Amino acid sequence: MSEIKIERIKKTFDDFVAVEESDLTINNGEFFVLLGPSGCGKTTTLRMIAGLELPTSGKILLDNEDVTFLRASQRDIAFVFQLFALYPHMNVRNNLAFPLKMQKFSKDEINTRINEVANLLRIDHLLSSKVSGLAGGDRQRVALGRAIVRRPKAFLMDEPLGTLDAEFRELMCLELRKLHNNIDATTVYVTHDQLEAMSMGDRIAVMHKGRILQHGKPKDIYTKPKTKFVGSFIGSPAMNFIPVNHTIQKNQNSVKIDNEEYAVPKSFQNTSSQNNVLGVRPEKMFLSDNKGIPGEVYGSEYLGTRKILTIQSRFGTYKIRVSNDVNLKIGANVKISFDSDSAIIFDGQTDEALHSEFIN
Amino acid sequence: MLDSARSPAESSGFSRKIAATIIIVYTVVTLIPITWIILTGFKSVDGAITYPPEVFFKPSLEGYVNLFTTRSRQSQEYLDSLPPPDTWYEELVRSREMVIAGPSKFFGRYTNSLIIGFGATFLSVFLGALAAYAFSRFKIPLKDDLMFFILSTRMFPPIAVAVPIFIMYRKIGLGDTHLGMIILYTVVNLSLAVWLLKGFMDEIPREYEEAAMIDGYTRMGAFFKIVLPQATTGIAATAIFCMIFAWNEYAFAVLLTQFNAQTAPPFIPTILGEGGIDWPAIAAGTTLFLIPVMIFTVVLRKHLLRGITFGAVRK
Repeated sequence: MSEIKIERIKKTFDDFVAVEESDLTINNGEFFVLLGPSGCGKTTTLRMIAGLELPTSGKILLDNEDVTFLRASQRDIAFVFQLFALYPHMNVRNNLAFPLKMQKFSKDEINTRINEVANLLRIDHLLSSKVSGLAGGDRQRVALGRAIVRRPKAFLMDEPLGTLDAEFRELMCLELRKLHNNIDATTVYVTHDQLEAMSMGDRIAVMHKGRILQHGKPKDIYTKPKTKFVGSFIGSPAMNFIPVNHTIQKNQNSVKIDNEEYAVPKSFQNTSSQNNVLGVRPEKMFLSDNKGIPGEVYGSEYLGTRKILTIQSRFGTYKIRVSNDVNLKIGANVKISFDSDSAIIFDGQTDEALHSEFIN
Repeated sequence: MLDSARSPAESSGFSRKIAATIIIVYTVVTLIPITWIILTGFKSVDGAITYPPEVFFKPSLEGYVNLFTTRSRQSQEYLDSLPPPDTWYEELVRSREMVIAGPSKFFGRYTNSLIIGFGATFLSVFLGALAAYAFSRFKIPLKDDLMFFILSTRMFPPIAVAVPIFIMYRKIGLGDTHLGMIILYTVVNLSLAVWLLKGFMDEIPREYEEAAMIDGYTRMGAFFKIVLPQATTGIAATAIFCMIFAWNEYAFAVLLTQFNAQTAPPFIPTILGEGGIDWPAIAAGTTLFLIPVMIFTVVLRKHLLRGITFGAVRK
């Protein structure tokens, strides 16, 4: 059980800055997800926590102990690799026993632990098989088993579901989460899949270009993105962005789009830029009978409980979530509007969300 | 007519037959000298030089007996005065009007070859694997230049530096020692070992040893427990190449060894018979000399095949 703290950590490879100075605290027993597109520095951050990479500067604390320059083997942390990295020349049992042998456990203790873990992960019947013959899901379980069997202070997982096919991934998502609830160990999970992140994480940190843009509960990150990137990266379909071509003053609570006034949450800040952006989630947009941005239906996706309409307007393409009974032909002219109390204005210069009644 | 479905990349029956024919003919041609050596080893001294050469003959172990013994010629009266021979080989020797004076040096030379050959192979592969791993995994200043330097030691025939090495070895007392020969063959082989093994090490994903390090092992532990077993193929291929060189090497062995550490290659041609070259003994020595490398290669052949085509196919 442990708390992981990252203080002003930075990593550069030659000229390339992989991780900008970042701070992060991962609480005891938390399932923490590092989310971001590939190359954003999330894996590097994870590898620094593991001790596979040394930070250029900054500190890593594990249970308030400075482990920055400790070897990976001395940190008592388990790591699940993207490609599992099961030792190919050993069978499943030996793979599970490998970390225990180093800790000089007795044979009986090793066997007890292996059986316990095999039971938990339902891989008892595979213990004597070779790892090369295993199916993707079983490999995944063995890799998890090898991590769990040691009862480490924390688990680090680097896109462990990345290579599984879609159907199986959902199942493993659930299993992983259940497993976490069972053993209650601090977990840092890296993924580029926002659905995975949203469904599994207690908290999420969104990274982009080596920077942690925002961290918090999945719901907060979804509804109150602090930057335009977070808004566009999280959510499927992504957030819609509507250009606002005037400055916003403090206490202003409306914007002008296409010569029409729309109410927005009252801003607590000024913008410096003339070209700002209004961000709205697809489910917060609707077809409007009177005032709205004119557009044309471009596509319609039926998703069972809801429908997603793609509307082409002169500002760009917007996706809106509508109820199933909306029947519109492709090419039909519509007007779209949005909920005024959850709209977010992003400063055109900094891409950061303005503090307002909604975001503070 | 379609006899079976096959992919366009697979060869047809006809071209397979042609390939098989070529391989068989080539095999026969290359095996003739080896067969001849093995046969000569079982001929009598006179039989080995009869003209035209005999392919079918009454086999004799004279060559092998001569290889392992030294003998002296005696008069018939003396031979008659001796008690009857105890062993079959003594009988064979006496039938040539000779008695066994003692064992020959062949066994010692052969042992030298084994010690030096396997010692140098082990050392080249071991040091080569360590260096290859370092070159493959770590950021080393001037890495490319160093790798080129290592390769460059192979760009001249080793014998080109024979004279300086001879003088050096005499000065530091390594001449005619097992250690000296092991070091020399290791140095010559090391460039090959480093280059070959680096290729294999590059192919092994880093995650394996990272996983081991996280599982509580040191880098050395991870290297021996995880990386080396993964590199078996490369190690086998490299070991065979190193072994073949160290086992067959002649020029340095002639130059640097005489009594103590002389290997089989310089010894075998010096086996002289009475009034001529003892071909069956030389052939017998050569046959025995071929066996270890043959066994070594056969044992490792599976790895060798996969090893020399490494990198060609991604798993």
